[in-house]
Amino acid sequence: MAYDKFQILTSTAVPLPLENVDTDQIIPARFLKATKREGFGDNLFRDWRYNGDDSLKQDFVLNNPTYSGKILVAGRNFGSGSSREHAAWAIYDYGFRCVVSSFFADIFKGNALNIGILPVQVSPEFLDKIFQAIEADPKAELVVDLPAQTISIAATGESESFAINGYKKHNMLNGFDDIDYLQSMKEEIKTFAEKSLY
Amino acid sequence: MSNSASTLFDKVWDAHVVRKIEDGPDVFLIDRHFIHEVTSPVAFLGLETRGISVLYPERTFATADHNTPTINQHLPVEDPLSANQLKALETNTAKYGISHWGLGNPKNGIVHVVGPENGITLPGMTIVCGDSHTSTHGAFGAIAFGIGTSEVEMVLSSQCIMQPKPKKMRITINGTLGKGVTPKDVALFIISQITASGATGYFVEYAGEVFENMSMEGRMTVCNLSIEMGARGGMIAPDQTTFNYLEGRELAPKGEAWENALAYWKTLKTDEGATFDHELTYEASQIEPQITYGTNPGLGTGITQKIPTASAVKDGEASYKKSLNYMGFAENEEIIGKQVDYVFLGSCTNGRIEDFRAFASIVKGRKKADNITAWLVPGSHIVEAQIKEEGILDILTEAGFLLRQPGCSACLAMNDDKIPAGKYAVSTSNRNFEGRQGPGSRTLLASPLVAAAAAVTGVVTDPRELL
Repeated sequence: MAYDKFQILTSTAVPLPLENVDTDQIIPARFLKATKREGFGDNLFRDWRYNGDDSLKQDFVLNNPTYSGKILVAGRNFGSGSSREHAAWAIYDYGFRCVVSSFFADIFKGNALNIGILPVQVSPEFLDKIFQAIEADPKAELVVDLPAQTISIAATGESESFAINGYKKHNMLNGFDDIDYLQSMKEEIKTFAEKSLY
Repeated sequence: MSNSASTLFDKVWDAHVVRKIEDGPDVFLIDRHFIHEVTSPVAFLGLETRGISVLYPERTFATADHNTPTINQHLPVEDPLSANQLKALETNTAKYGISHWGLGNPKNGIVHVVGPENGITLPGMTIVCGDSHTSTHGAFGAIAFGIGTSEVEMVLSSQCIMQPKPKKMRITINGTLGKGVTPKDVALFIISQITASGATGYFVEYAGEVFENMSMEGRMTVCNLSIEMGARGGMIAPDQTTFNYLEGRELAPKGEAWENALAYWKTLKTDEGATFDHELTYEASQIEPQITYGTNPGLGTGITQKIPTASAVKDGEASYKKSLNYMGFAENEEIIGKQVDYVFLGSCTNGRIEDFRAFASIVKGRKKADNITAWLVPGSHIVEAQIKEEGILDILTEAGFLLRQPGCSACLAMNDDKIPAGKYAVSTSNRNFEGRQGPGSRTLLASPLVAAAAAVTGVVTDPRELL
């Protein structure tokens, strides 16, 4: 499924300063029963966002109108646990295009890149600076510059670079996905696969 | 292959690289692809949208497990959304000619149980599934890991995914495990030592006497939990135990093909002098029966220990306090004697015959505690049949337990097997995340022995006292 190109994103951010946010929190298993990729954003962080009677939990950050934006900033080891791509779909569908953390779980990171969410891994120190900047001013903007591979806090100009491999960067910049690439080399794959032992 | 010493992981990985992309991932060939009802429908939809097809349908195997009921499987599935996903799997697999072991099929069961027990999983293979516990299959010396739905679509359409090669870690444990210490305890111990993200970015090889002396069921339990330390997967070099397990399995090679395969499989081990990016070593004597007290699998300890203080754990203080608050626990409390309401035996981690034997060894001649609701869920119909043949069902029934039908069940509570809010479950599954076993549920992960001890005493109990 193609996604919008990612170039330079300037946005306010939503802070979630918790560690080990697992994909069961991002989207609980009971909301994985769809056969289409639609409406997952409604259940993003379902059990942190809503009480059992579907009323809003007022103390959760997504229910606080002070915070908004296309960037989610979270504590270390974001996206651990289940491989459910639904977690990335829920984040995208809710309106986020970028998640910033000091450490990502492997499968989540891959899923995010595959659907057009940019995972930006920063140092623990820079993550703290971002949290502090948002705490001081909830309207503080972050600038995520994919071509330059930098993230900066607009108000202070403080900046850090982040890593992404050249192939994935090219895909994100252009809205391409891996399936297009694999389809283009199908004959090479078939030659290889037919020699395979299994 | 170069002449220099290489690891088991390198040997299998390098044999599957179709193309190396400069400053990018490897185009990686997949030998076996498992699919289930929850993470495949959008991938099939993607094929339709793009107008592409399945390249090698005979290399993909489907089973229904995640949202299936574990009672009355002969009746129509009541939940319309689950029924719809099961129907979609049936329709999609029929359309492309993919093998499908749906509800009611005698081979049906949890994907990571049925793959090995039918001889689909073999040493040296690359195996993926839209499920993080695909790491289970590494027990056979395969490279096996979980993928997302976009990648399911890639494998269906091209038999490949694009993967950066992970770093390598070896975890060596020598010595002999003590009485009542099981493979589950070994895995939970490692995770408690290195945290739930301690192996992120790595692929793990388990080595040493503890793993060499372990059964295939035990090795599957350990490899299954590799993802819970953040590793993409874990593997164990195939040996005679592996070959004995595989010989004669329905889809394993036969005759001359078996002999040829065996010759290759015997080369699948880490060479002397091969290097890893990281090495960890423990002694078997360090490990006692384990139990978790928090909301990630790294928050666990020996069952006789107290709940640690925030300063003693590597998680940040705010996250740790939130975790204990959710569990209704406090720092420095004893775990032994804690209230238990539910016991769950099953899942791709501990739903195999050996797990039911272990559970039965404790409940034999005892009775289920009145305060306990127990859900005993075999990993497959083949396991279920074995439980009956070996007389384990009689022991369970005599002790007041019921045996349910195969499926993922309360491990992720997609079906009706949900632990109610606020209740405590000693669970042999793999995740103690908030709400994992049902909204508000509180999970203590442990071995089948610890689960059995809780089931007959009604509280957290050291199983060594009952053996």
